[in-house]
Amino acid sequence: MRTVLIALRRDLLLAGRRRSEVLTALLFFVVVVSLFPIGVGPERALLRRIGPGVLWVAALLATLLGLPRLFAADHADGTLEQMALSPQPFALQVMGKLAAHWLLCGLPLVVLAPVLGLLFGLSADALLVLTLSLLIGTPLLSLIGAIGAALTLGVRGGGVLLSLLVLPLFIPALVFGAGSVDAQAAGLGVQGHLSVLGAMLALAAFFAPWATTVSLRIAME
Amino acid sequence: MTASWRFFRFASPATFYPLAGRLQPLFMSLAVVLAAAGLWIGFMVAPTDAQQGEGYRIIFVHVPASWMAMFIYCVMALWAAAGLAFNARLASMMASALAPTGALFAFLSLWTGALWGQPMWGTWWVWDARLTSTLILLFLYVGFMALQAAIDDPRRADKAGAILALVGVVNVPIIYFSVQWWSTLHQGASVSMTKAPSMAATMLVAMLLMVLAFWMYSIAVAMARVRNIILERERQAEWVRHAVA
Amino acid sequence: MLTATDLACSRGERQLFERLCFALEAGQWLHVKGENGAGKTTLLRTVVGLSPADRGQVRWRGADIRDQPGDYRRAFVYLGHPACLKDDLSPLENLQLALQLDGFEPREEDVLQALQRLGLHGREDLPSRVLSAGQRRRVLLARLLLRPAQLWILDEPFNALDAAATELLLSMVRHHLDAGGVAVLTSHQTMPLAQSREVRL
Repeated sequence: MRTVLIALRRDLLLAGRRRSEVLTALLFFVVVVSLFPIGVGPERALLRRIGPGVLWVAALLATLLGLPRLFAADHADGTLEQMALSPQPFALQVMGKLAAHWLLCGLPLVVLAPVLGLLFGLSADALLVLTLSLLIGTPLLSLIGAIGAALTLGVRGGGVLLSLLVLPLFIPALVFGAGSVDAQAAGLGVQGHLSVLGAMLALAAFFAPWATTVSLRIAME
Repeated sequence: MTASWRFFRFASPATFYPLAGRLQPLFMSLAVVLAAAGLWIGFMVAPTDAQQGEGYRIIFVHVPASWMAMFIYCVMALWAAAGLAFNARLASMMASALAPTGALFAFLSLWTGALWGQPMWGTWWVWDARLTSTLILLFLYVGFMALQAAIDDPRRADKAGAILALVGVVNVPIIYFSVQWWSTLHQGASVSMTKAPSMAATMLVAMLLMVLAFWMYSIAVAMARVRNIILERERQAEWVRHAVA
Repeated sequence: MLTATDLACSRGERQLFERLCFALEAGQWLHVKGENGAGKTTLLRTVVGLSPADRGQVRWRGADIRDQPGDYRRAFVYLGHPACLKDDLSPLENLQLALQLDGFEPREEDVLQALQRLGLHGREDLPSRVLSAGQRRRVLLARLLLRPAQLWILDEPFNALDAAATELLLSMVRHHLDAGGVAVLTSHQTMPLAQSREVRL
């Protein structure tokens, strides 16, 4: 457990020295979301209908943007190899890095989403459900995305290839995440959607760190 | 003891190469025969559908193609997992050989779906559960092939592909379930291609024959493709130089 | 203590080496020689367990390294080509974090002392990006002083070092071997250390 915290602290420390990288993903989120009213027109009812989907897709893309950076820097300067050779379990160090990644890339999206939801005229209840769905969903996206980032480490065309690999795997999260807000708007129960999302998160939390660690070792062979 | 020893003997690319060469025409002939039978029954014998007329007959290609796309993905993942677990090069080569065929069937399913939809409902595409799931499956295939193509070292490509295929195979039921859910949730959608006409017995026979035909075809093509992969990967070996000379 | 039997490795299609064997007892070290691209780094990475060998075994204290990864990793320090330094952190922070990730809790005084011994006095708190190549290498070498290990695996450790630092490193290795440690080194230089075994790729 200590190893997880040490790895977490290290990544947060590093990000703290390079704040601009974290902000870039956030700004991307804001810009992408803002493109949609410009693209489809400002009609209130339409925006209220597409709002949850747009915010979720933008969160997906913003997460995707931050994924290559998860392991690339450590791989380039050799510290990832040292982590793999450490007496402490590599998987725990990877978990620490994933936790840091979510705190830096995912959590800000969760905080920002309700604010942006107002741009789409979503009601207070809808905003609550949206925030909740992203709170459960963004860690899920980080976990799944980490596997892709590990598989494409140091590979030609990495960023685009990563998107191709990971976006299909994001779709269930998108369906239930955006779907939960739609369910709320339709007056149906939200628990079903959020429970499924939570179950997927539990499954990912169990398997993804292991799959990521194996993929990293393969990438460093 | 003897059976398993014989199996492992064929686990070497050098011994599998001639075996694959002999099996390939056999499976291809089976495929042709079964396809001829299936298409004849489907297009000639099966009755005209009351609601959809003649156009529904494309279902005899569309549905078997969807099933094969899904089935091949699972088989591919199995081979890839075997290659990873037992460090067996040939198993990984089989997985790589199957991927393009699986992608082809996914694409065929989508294309025949569009061909079905156009005359029936005047639209080239419908976001129904099966078509959407098959589209996502196609993305998974393309991702697998792209990843293997992008990695230069063949062993690393094998292992990375195996992890991706395993992650994919775990996700495929989740994706299908999610898309099904999504489809029922947004039931404002006009048509559903999953609502195939109720099946007469002859229709089922035709479908089954087409599935078997596609299956034999897949094996035949995989045999041919794996031979090419073996030649390419093992080209430094003595026996390859003799075989190609 | 460290033995390799029948090791074979290939990179892509090139067979780098095969049927490679060596055995090292306490106080002995292995000099891996060969031209650039011959496979020296690959051999070290195979000994360390990063790259799997096509054939053969590496054994540490009689047991295959694949059977006891945790124990084996506790027993060695591997310093490869990259400097393993985070540019945004100071040498002090870099070393502390690296050792903590390895499961050690170094005292700040010890880390500072190690850095000073390697000639980095006054630079312990600067961001690492301002250090020269030789200085970065020295920060990496400081790990050898801070991390107790019986096996040292060093890939071209004399790169970018000036004469004084080279002398210092040689004395560190000598001290390590005298204390019963084992080392595997690649280097183009001749190294005046006793008890060497040689492998030429």
